[in-house]
Amino acid sequence: MAASTIEPEIVSGTPTPDGHHHRRGDGISRLLHARPKLRLTALLTLPLAWLGVLYIGSLVLLFVTAFWTTDTFTSKVIPAFTLENFVEILTVPAYQLTALRTIGIAFAVTALCAVVALPLGLYMAKVASPTVRAVLAIGITLPLWAGYLVKVFSWRITFMNGGPLDWLLAPLGMTGPGYGTPALIVTLAYLWFPYMAVPVYSAFRQIPDNLFDASSDLGAKAWATVRTVAIPLLKPAFIAGSIFTFSLSLGDYIAAQFVGGKTQVIGTVIASNINLNPPLAAAFGTVPIVVVVLYLFLARKSGALKQL
Amino acid sequence: MQATASAAASAASAPETSDPSGRPAIAMRNVVKTFGEFAAVKGLDLDIRRGEFFSLLGPSGSGKTTVLRMVAGFELPTSGRIELAGRDVTRRAPFERNVNTVFQDYALFPHLSVAQNVEYGLKLRKTPRAERRRLVNEALEMIRLPHVADRLPSQLSGGQRQRVALARALVLRPQVLLLDEPLGALDKQLREQMQVELKQIQRTVGITFVFVTHDQEEALTLSDRVAVFNEGVVEQVGTPEDLYERPGTRFVASFLGSTNLVEGDLARQLTGSTGLLSIRPERIQVRNLNDSSPDADHVSSLEAVIEEIVYTGPATRYVARTDGGQTLIVQEQNDSRASGAGRGDRVRLQWPSRFNYTV
Repeated sequence: MAASTIEPEIVSGTPTPDGHHHRRGDGISRLLHARPKLRLTALLTLPLAWLGVLYIGSLVLLFVTAFWTTDTFTSKVIPAFTLENFVEILTVPAYQLTALRTIGIAFAVTALCAVVALPLGLYMAKVASPTVRAVLAIGITLPLWAGYLVKVFSWRITFMNGGPLDWLLAPLGMTGPGYGTPALIVTLAYLWFPYMAVPVYSAFRQIPDNLFDASSDLGAKAWATVRTVAIPLLKPAFIAGSIFTFSLSLGDYIAAQFVGGKTQVIGTVIASNINLNPPLAAAFGTVPIVVVVLYLFLARKSGALKQL
Repeated sequence: MQATASAAASAASAPETSDPSGRPAIAMRNVVKTFGEFAAVKGLDLDIRRGEFFSLLGPSGSGKTTVLRMVAGFELPTSGRIELAGRDVTRRAPFERNVNTVFQDYALFPHLSVAQNVEYGLKLRKTPRAERRRLVNEALEMIRLPHVADRLPSQLSGGQRQRVALARALVLRPQVLLLDEPLGALDKQLREQMQVELKQIQRTVGITFVFVTHDQEEALTLSDRVAVFNEGVVEQVGTPEDLYERPGTRFVASFLGSTNLVEGDLARQLTGSTGLLSIRPERIQVRNLNDSSPDADHVSSLEAVIEEIVYTGPATRYVARTDGGQTLIVQEQNDSRASGAGRGDRVRLQWPSRFNYTV
């Protein structure tokens, strides 16, 4: 800018006697500053409404519906209190089995994620060069960026009879497992892996290198160090990750429909009852909620949540 | 069981200061370590004797910690050979060496109690449980911390953690104990107390200590011998007295304590040769100009003007400038013989000629 140009001084608002300039909007700021309660209300109204009405409200509605019943002929929901739905899901073997199977699958998915996250986290945090680390970090979080349906569909293609997996295993004289529980576990583990890998990796980075040196110095071989130093120190990260992998696996039903074959999980049973018998679906829907609450309670008792 | 210090002493029995076979505790032959382009250690030859308190002294980046880490097995030398008591361990893993380390920031396992930390190495050696308990108790007695056995490291003070780290390493009775600036994180008073304790423990257990430090005073106080490192090379190895009184290089002379380095014409005037000369400030006396000296034959003497006076409690430091423009530091004890010279005074500086040390 030419030195001769004289810029007019930009003044917004009116100068106050003490020489400070006030911009528009300062009036509101001053008002809020003087009234802490008003400030709090302004801050929290929207999120609280969202949480209260949409989130908890809908769960309460679900819970209430679980005590209603359906007209068997018209499939119309009748709002009359009954415990029948809960009795049914707790006593009919098919429901019991489905619930147990779903919990088992959720545990298997969690275990698979943890077993893969441990060496990967170790490599990324302690061995890899910064470039390799960045590439792997992108690789791990990649599943979060693609659409859910696309990912599940890609696994459906992978496990297809005569599909890529069969083709890969053919030279070894083996075939893929096809659609079913193993395929479902692998698919779910792929979907939720980032939620386990990220906390485990960042916890690994926080373990000072010299703890590994010290362990080795005191006579521990690599696996002993992993077992006695790394895993105990990573426990909070594993538990934090498992909360996601476990609860997300518990609630999923699309993956089961795509790659689960005949495998029924809580989600698929609820989905098939949503139109036929909403109160029963609602009652079954409380099962994963109760299980997750129980899981969170146990996690809390272990003290891991404090470090989240 | 009686006093643990003696128990520890009996366990190690007579410290093997002189190995009959004559093999040093550690022998390094032409050891080189490079990190990419950077040469951290450039062809090191060093023997450390059994039972010796040996310090690796140098500024940061001089290669001393790298040497320690190669002895421990955390780093592999780029070339060269490292022997422990005659056994080649150059390519051995840390858990295959009878050497233990006290780390700079202690590296205690945060999820294990003090007792479990100390027990860690014994467990790996499959020491029976009862024996383990006895050794752990003994080690905790030795560091005078038996009452913190069940605490977590996070509940200890810095000095306590330091001692637990020492106990954890010593409980394994290594051939050599490596200490990587173990007192660096402690405040001055605690550090001085720990120096005394370290020395006592070393004398009691009779294990070879290799101590890395950048603190020259600490190295001089503690060590039987010191290797002075500079830019990946050992400048000089010797007893603290050797290094202080007879520095071999300019670096050693200036790194250990403060000194006056004189060369050229002034050096010729004092010794007849222009070579580099080191004169310690505390050797020089400040005298009145008309004070005649009794044994002028053996005394070096110069006239100078006092430029600055710094009072430091037990001593006073003078900065004096000769007519030739050379600055000399003089340290005078504040006792009855103090000169009481003032700023701007013209004085005679004198010292016995034998303290003119040609580097």
